[in-house]
Amino acid sequence: MEKHWKSVISRSVCDYFFDHQRKASSPEDIPPVIATPHHYLISVYRSSMFFVAVCTTEVAPLFVVEFLHRVVDTFEDYFSECTESIIKEHYVVVYELLDEMLDNGFPLATESNILKELIKPPNILRTIANTVTGKSNVSSTLPSGQLSNIPWRRTGVKYTNNEAYFDMIEEVDAIIDKSGSTVCAEIQGYIDCCIKLSGMPDLSLSFVNPRLFDDVSFHPCVRFKRWESERVLSFIPPDGNFRLMSYHIGSQSIVAIPVYVRHSLCLRESGSGGRLDITLGPKQTLGRTIENVVLEIPMPKSVLNCGLVTNQGKYTFDPVSKLLVWEVGRIDVTKLPNIRGTISLQSGSPPVEANPSINVKFTINQLAVSGLKVNRLDMYGEKYKPFKGVKYITKAGKFQVRM
Amino acid sequence: MLDSNKDNLKLEAMKRIIGMVAKGREASDLFPAVVKNVVSKNIEVKKLVYVYLVRYAEEQQDLALLSISTFQRALKDPNQLIRASALRVLSSIRVTMIVPIVMLAIKDAAADMSPYVRKTAAHAIPKLYSLDQDQKEELIQVLEKLLYDKTTLVVGSAVMAFEEVCPERIDLIHKNFRKLCSLLVDVDEWGQVVIINMLTRYARSQFTDPNLQDVDEDEESKRPFYEDENEVDEEQQEKRAPTLDPDHRLLLRSAKPLLQSRNAAVVLSVAQLYHHTAPRSEVHQVAKAMIRLLRSHREVQDIVLTSIAATATRRKVMFEPFLKSFFVRSSDATHIKLLKLEILTSLATESSVGIILRELQTYVAAHDPPFVAAAIQAIGRCASNIKEVTDTCLNGLVSLLSNKDQAVVAESVVVIKKLLQTQPSAHREIIIQMAKLVDSVTVPQARASILWLLGEYSERVPKIAPDVLRKMAKTFTSEEDIVKLQVMTLAVKLCLTNPKQTKLLCQYVLQLAKYDQNYDLRDRARFLRHIIFPADAESGGPTRLSKQAKKIFLAPKPAPVPESHFKDREQFQLGSLSHYINTKANGYQELPPFPLEAPDPKARDVETEPQVMEQAPLFTAKKVSSKKDSKFYSDTESPEDESEEDENSSDEDDDDDEEEEDSSSDKDEEEDDNEDEESSGLEEKLPKKVVKSNAKPKSDEEEEEDESDEDDSSSESVSDSDSEDESSEPSSVPKKQTRNAKPAKESTPVVKPKSNLDLLLDLDDVSPAFTPIMTPSLGGFLTPMSTPSSQVKTQLFPDIQV
Repeated sequence: MEKHWKSVISRSVCDYFFDHQRKASSPEDIPPVIATPHHYLISVYRSSMFFVAVCTTEVAPLFVVEFLHRVVDTFEDYFSECTESIIKEHYVVVYELLDEMLDNGFPLATESNILKELIKPPNILRTIANTVTGKSNVSSTLPSGQLSNIPWRRTGVKYTNNEAYFDMIEEVDAIIDKSGSTVCAEIQGYIDCCIKLSGMPDLSLSFVNPRLFDDVSFHPCVRFKRWESERVLSFIPPDGNFRLMSYHIGSQSIVAIPVYVRHSLCLRESGSGGRLDITLGPKQTLGRTIENVVLEIPMPKSVLNCGLVTNQGKYTFDPVSKLLVWEVGRIDVTKLPNIRGTISLQSGSPPVEANPSINVKFTINQLAVSGLKVNRLDMYGEKYKPFKGVKYITKAGKFQVRM
Repeated sequence: MLDSNKDNLKLEAMKRIIGMVAKGREASDLFPAVVKNVVSKNIEVKKLVYVYLVRYAEEQQDLALLSISTFQRALKDPNQLIRASALRVLSSIRVTMIVPIVMLAIKDAAADMSPYVRKTAAHAIPKLYSLDQDQKEELIQVLEKLLYDKTTLVVGSAVMAFEEVCPERIDLIHKNFRKLCSLLVDVDEWGQVVIINMLTRYARSQFTDPNLQDVDEDEESKRPFYEDENEVDEEQQEKRAPTLDPDHRLLLRSAKPLLQSRNAAVVLSVAQLYHHTAPRSEVHQVAKAMIRLLRSHREVQDIVLTSIAATATRRKVMFEPFLKSFFVRSSDATHIKLLKLEILTSLATESSVGIILRELQTYVAAHDPPFVAAAIQAIGRCASNIKEVTDTCLNGLVSLLSNKDQAVVAESVVVIKKLLQTQPSAHREIIIQMAKLVDSVTVPQARASILWLLGEYSERVPKIAPDVLRKMAKTFTSEEDIVKLQVMTLAVKLCLTNPKQTKLLCQYVLQLAKYDQNYDLRDRARFLRHIIFPADAESGGPTRLSKQAKKIFLAPKPAPVPESHFKDREQFQLGSLSHYINTKANGYQELPPFPLEAPDPKARDVETEPQVMEQAPLFTAKKVSSKKDSKFYSDTESPEDESEEDENSSDEDDDDDEEEEDSSSDKDEEEDDNEDEESSGLEEKLPKKVVKSNAKPKSDEEEEEDESDEDDSSSESVSDSDSEDESSEPSSVPKKQTRNAKPAKESTPVVKPKSNLDLLLDLDDVSPAFTPIMTPSLGGFLTPMSTPSSQVKTQLFPDIQV
């Protein structure tokens, strides 16, 4: 699929891109910017698709990258997921969206609230209604939000149940070395909101311990001055789902590591066999259970197969990608999950020098590992009483244990 | 189906055609049929026809002209969306014949009441420019008007157009500079990027280098004198950079909150602004935000890391606290790993090298060959950069020589060779060990390195070197070219130092090379032979060249200095495409070097009469705002009004001055703030003039601060926004109403200057000493809302609609 703005460029420019794609070992390895004799190809890789932008002149590459990501976000917002077949199916909407989002190489409207008013997202009900009434999905009037000071919110929002939900998601990024000591650990947090409030509510959210924040970034709706002076998030929210803020709690402060992994892996050179033994256990979880635990171990190329026994969960080994996945589930403190067994190696292959590292995934509900807590949420500007809810989740981000 | 009179069918047909366009199939045959539908009432059909037209109009110019009249009609449509999209399509049709029509349309649209249409006009300017370069002068005029626009929606696009059409006309920016700075926070993200990039260039051409002082103390005496005078005023507030132009300071300050943006492009553009224009002591502020971006998508990571790598070569300290963020995870993509390594090595210092080396050691054991190689090279770079660890690194590398992985060994050999070159003193054992490796190592690069080492330091290992040469001579024919060349070099060197044992061997090798397939080798062999064995020639005795042979071949060679590949990127603007690919991209504009003497800063003041900034900044501030007023209304107002206004303002100024004398020196600190705030103040009407000029800056400030009291009023202002007049002044009017209420209460003219001062003081969040004056009155302002505001409203609107 292609769309041109300034002038038509032949499809053949993509050949340069495909060349690079063939050369790269994995889709992740393709450089985001490829310079060809006359054009520059800037690409992003999302949900196993490439989105490539072609430009002819100097432009900030991040500008383009960020825009492409925003386009994909919008697609996901519209079609709930973004796959090749869905884009093919909705090509007209996609085309209309792109037309609204970009004009002559400069972004026009990228707020999804505005776009949704201009072009209604497709759903079955509306398709039926449209065929009956002859209305179209495209609005004929300019969304009033576009012109106001708060372009992210549409006007005339009405709900019978007024609700505001906040999800505080914290991801622990850590590297743990062989001996079990932490090489580096940091927390990346997000506050995702689902806000369904009528009218023009003005919210302010305060924290019990805002001093924890190391570095923050906000949705444009947050008033920055207020944050600087009082450490309170004050904002008129967009309608629906959005990310209010993301924060970073860096390596300066100590991060509690909720999981420990005891492991031994030996891939012996002789006898073409190796042994694996891994035990998992909780650590510093404040009494919460650790759920959805998954271990992923990318095995060296020479591993043929694994014969392992688990006392909990099940494991799979993909002999093509050499990825060993152990889905543990919940960690029970009384009976620690364990996996052990033998690994068969290809005979005659060069011996493996180093052990791979384990990627650990987990979630802990009702806990923000940084200790951050929401103090209160106040609403001004509207009369009704909203229903408010805050949920804390801790997840593993890029959590790696080196073996 | 297109000819059908049912919209449904038409829509269906259009959708199919768009499908063909999207797949890149040729759909131009349908052009006449499609163009007919441009008059369709159905908005969706219309939009799809527009899309089609834009795609194919260039190929079918004559037919495209048929649609023009429809667009001209649509340009007059009461619906702003239709006006805008008509202009958008009209300007996107690349047909030279319609240039005058588009020009006219742009001119009209630039004066449109709707900011959305004005924004579209700004977008249309570069389109028309690329179609017909001759229109430049006229376009610049339109652009100038658009740059004066105060709506956040328009400003971003106007600056974008400016960058594309006339980036060299920096003089157009002068008068808008302060406005741009103050609006910056409220502009949409994409506009922010463009504006910041433009202002970076502007700052580089208009302000002096803030770092000059650090570089050379003597420079100070030559610095522009006016800054020195300012220094007194600003000393307290700008201790760290005492000689920064106030406008320069304003730019940096207004850009800083954007580091918190969710848009990576904005953050990076602020970072490059700081990198290129900020005083050295302040650049580090951006580091934290850049580190945050590293959590983002892979592509963002890559580009940000490239920028960091380039920055880190010059500013180590900046990223040192974040060292751990650059530790590599096995899940990173290879190119990201390499970038991280690059950064880690450039960040290494005496204190941190320990941690880094330990990390590098783990990387060496990774499974990713290019990454391992880079890690070993990184160790080498650390070793040669930091003298303390050279020996430990060398030992570590030597132990790697016994590694089972060929690639690791080869890479270590190459690195050790480079290291030994820097200090060949007493590493005999290493050389011996490496000589032994010749039998096992197969990677040509490594073999060549070993041979070179042996040749260079052959006198340290007098027994081994000839032996190695013997072995190599045996296998010469099966070696790679690069190894063969080194074998020859080794042979020649040995022949010179130890002719007894090796002369024959050397001759043999050269003989072999003489009949090699590679012409480079044959060439080299001939060259060497004539230097070493001139006896071949009939002349007999040694020639002059051969006497010098020892000097030629065994001259001490300078050790290589391992450097970052990112060192040479300094020439490009950080974060630009050219910077990323490290070649000049099409249309790249060089960052101008800082001028030695700052151009006249007064160019940025919006004013008519000359003013003296140093003496009474408050005074100037007043004038700035009043001047703005007259500008905005210059087309509607008679000259008399203007003069009256000036008088009016000068009266106030006098009052202000008096007031100022009373107040303490604290005020001087805020003057810059106030001034800028003031200049961003919006237009106002004569009768209410003073009152509103008070209100406006206040409202601007409050917009950002958003005191809780605004909530009370917000509902009211929103409800008003439906009215017709809104479209003309959508952003400012609601604000104005609510704000105007406050000053309107103070009806007595005597109080006016006083309140003015109060408000100015309120703007300031630096000195808390003055806020108490304000607080009681602030409460009072809020309550009586309805009557004064409505009054103001009625007075405002007739004029606006003119």
